[in-house]
This record gives sequence, C-alpha cells and structure tokens, in this order.
Amino acid sequence: MNPALALRSRLLHATRSFFHERGFLEVETPVRLGTPALETHIDAEPSGDHWLRTSPELHMKRLLADGAEKIFQLGPCFRRGERGDRHHPEYTMLEWYRAHADYTDILADTKALIAHLAGAASDLTYQGRRIALFPRWERIAVRDAFLQWAGWDPVAAWDEERFNLDLVEKVEPALPRDVPVVLTDYPAPAAALARRKPGRPEVAERWELYIGGLELANAYSELTDAAEQRARFEEAARQRRALGKDVYPLDEAFLSALPRMPPSGGIALGFDRLVMLFADAPTLDGVIAFRE
Amino acid sequence: MYNATDLRKGLKILWEGQPYEITEFQFVKPGKGMAMYKCRIRHMLQGNTIEKTFREVDSFGKPDLESKELTFSYANGDQFVFSDPETFEEFLVDGEVLGRNKLLLADNMHVDILFYNGKAVEVTLPIFVEKTIIETEPGFKGNTATNTYKPAKVEGGYEIQVPLFINQGDNVRIDTRSGEYADRVAKK
Repeated sequence: MNPALALRSRLLHATRSFFHERGFLEVETPVRLGTPALETHIDAEPSGDHWLRTSPELHMKRLLADGAEKIFQLGPCFRRGERGDRHHPEYTMLEWYRAHADYTDILADTKALIAHLAGAASDLTYQGRRIALFPRWERIAVRDAFLQWAGWDPVAAWDEERFNLDLVEKVEPALPRDVPVVLTDYPAPAAALARRKPGRPEVAERWELYIGGLELANAYSELTDAAEQRARFEEAARQRRALGKDVYPLDEAFLSALPRMPPSGGIALGFDRLVMLFADAPTLDGVIAFRE
Repeated sequence: MYNATDLRKGLKILWEGQPYEITEFQFVKPGKGMAMYKCRIRHMLQGNTIEKTFREVDSFGKPDLESKELTFSYANGDQFVFSDPETFEEFLVDGEVLGRNKLLLADNMHVDILFYNGKAVEVTLPIFVEKTIIETEPGFKGNTATNTYKPAKVEGGYEIQVPLFINQGDNVRIDTRSGEYADRVAKK
C-alpha cells in the first residue's frame, strides 16, 4: 500500500482532534444537492436530477444562520473536468467557519492548524526546497503582487482574463517558496463569496494560502448581504450562459437564510494538497488511494 | 477542430496557422479562476519550443498530417529520395529535415515519414541501426568497461562515442532516438 495513505490517516485524525479540542462541531451536510453553488468557473457533476456538491459552503452557512458558532467538515467534493497534477475530479475538502469573526481570525486558525499538524517540526522540505513554516507567514496584497510581478494593478482596472493568465504565468511562480505566503485582498470582482473591505469597497476580504508553491486554501470574511449575494449569483449565471456552460438555479433556501447569518469567517482547504505537502508528493495522485 | 479540453502531451495542433506538437502539458486552475492549460509546444517545421498557456475557450485546428511508411532509395546531393514499396512513388526530403539521421540511413531502410501539407517534416528511423566502425583508436583487449568512452567514426561518416573495447571493423548498434552507441553486434 502507498505509504502516503498512513500519513494521510494521521493527518485526518490530527485535523479532527485540532477542531474538537477548540470546541468546533464536526458537521455533515448533503453531498447530493438540488442546486450547486453558482460560480462562473466551477462545474458540478450531475447526479440524476441533482448535482454533487462542489463545496459544502452554502449548507454550512445555513447552519451558521441557524445559530451554529464554530463548525468544520471534512469530506468529498466533486468538480467536473478538473484533472491534473494538483486536481482530481473527486477530492477531499476541509472547511471551517466561525461566527462573529472575519478572515484574520481564520488566518490565526490556519496557522495554529499547520503548527498542530507539523508537530515538533518548524520546517519541512517540499520537492527539494526547505520551507520555514514558522514564525513568519508573508502577507502580500494582490495589488502589490501584480504591480511587482505583472506590472499592472488589477484593483484599479479589472480584466478577468489577464488577471488569471498573469496569476499563473507571472505571480504564482514569483511568490516566495521558503515561507508560507498569504495572498490577500482580492479585487472586488474576484470576491466570489467574500464581503468587500469596510471603507475600501474596491477590494474583498479574501485570501489564498500558498505553501511551497501549492495553493492550499481560500478564505473569506463571508458576505452576509443577501441582496449583493443574489446579484453576484446572477452575474455568475450571466457569465456561465455567455461561456455556454450549464446555468444552475439560484439556491433560494440559502439566500433566504443569509440575512440571519452573523458576520463570519470561513475557509476551504484542499486536504489532498495538504497531504501532498507533508508527504513531499509531487502530484495529488500520489496521496489518494484510487484515481480516476 | 480541437478544444482546449482535448489538449494532452503529444497532440499535434494547428495554432495561429502553424503546426505545433504539445511536448509538456499541465492543467492549472487558480482558486475561483478559469481552467487553463500550461503547455510547451514545439513548432513542427522550425523545431523551436515555446511556453504557452491556453484558456478553456481556445480552440485549435487539426494540422493536415499524413504518415507514410517508405524505404530509402538514394541521395542526390542534400536531397534524399524515399519510395513507396508498393506504388514505387518517390518522395524528396531535404537534408535539414533529416538532421543527423541522414548519416544513419542505409539502402532500403524502412522509415516513417510525417508529411505536413504534403511536405516531409519528420523522418523516424528504426530505433536501432547497425553500422561498421571505420575509424577508432585500437581497443584494449579484455577491457570490457562500459563507462569509459572514446571517439569513433562509422560508415557513412557519423561520429559517436564507443566503449574502449570496440575496434575498427566491429559492428555496433546505434540508438537513433539519442544518436548514441547502444551495443556491439556479436561477430558472425
């Protein structure tokens, strides 16, 4: 058997212990959905007249609206057509949410989780490079990263296609690899489900974590404004239609619960990639038991 | 027509009117961003390689490619003539398309030739070809070390590095993929 599976088992166990010790509830939300989250570039796998979840996000937020304070979930998610060295159409997502918190609280959780999983180690080697996991995590604003490495400001002048191409061709390859990097404060049009920064509406309170060049997690100060959320879903639907993609119905149960959701912070972390990092595995295929 | 989702290593595409072969391929998709395909592509006529990231919405033509199994007939200056063993139709190939392979050809050798828009662009020889050594320093009898090499020339003028025990008059096999010495052919 692949030895990475033993490490994977230990990391699953340690992750659950971490959250239980901190008073989080482990929750399980539906895998088969009446409608998946509407995001421009995320395609759901159909399952009969339903869809398989691309993330547990909307149901976990409904639990926050129902009074949950700290919740986490570890489980399978599915994304159609995503296959590569760091993608598998079925993968394991770790999500957690905190009510009355924002994306900085989630960053503190994330640091504590990585410290817990690393145990006594303060550094690790991934693909031949030494990474100091502590104490410094470098925070870089998306605007500064693009000005430095791509030569333009996506906050001042948004261009989605140029943003994505430059992100993978210029910015991600230039990010420091010797420490964890938090790319933060995305242009508002790339907010997805994050709220705009109070006093600076041109950016959204969203960050992404990179360790050793692996994009591990995406976190938000969650959007709780139901009218803005509906407008963003409708914009995503419009873009999907323009791209010739399936347009999923709006999740009305989520939208009607959203006004009751307190200000919250949340995160989605690709668990398989976390295992890749600790197992020093170059591909996601190396840390799963069976592949497509 | 190919879509971006058809891209994979080894696929030959027509992009901006030019034929390319994909030599490296990686699926990438930044968080919440669009799917992209980071590729290295080799221009099939010029041989140069570039990096290119394609988007989900990109599409490509199918280059007009045809592969023929032919046999080598003769050389005329830097033009090489191959013929179809069934129809006897002859095809001309420029020396520069053959590269080092032109020194490794032998009469009636079976080769695969790839034609793009009717023009030969790639000649693939059998993986191993046998050649006689016509020039090398005398060998050391009994020295069968395989990690020390000396220069040698084979019939046709091709130069390779061979182990010390190889002598003039020996027959050796050359790996046409690397152009390097493979092994000695036992004397009959």
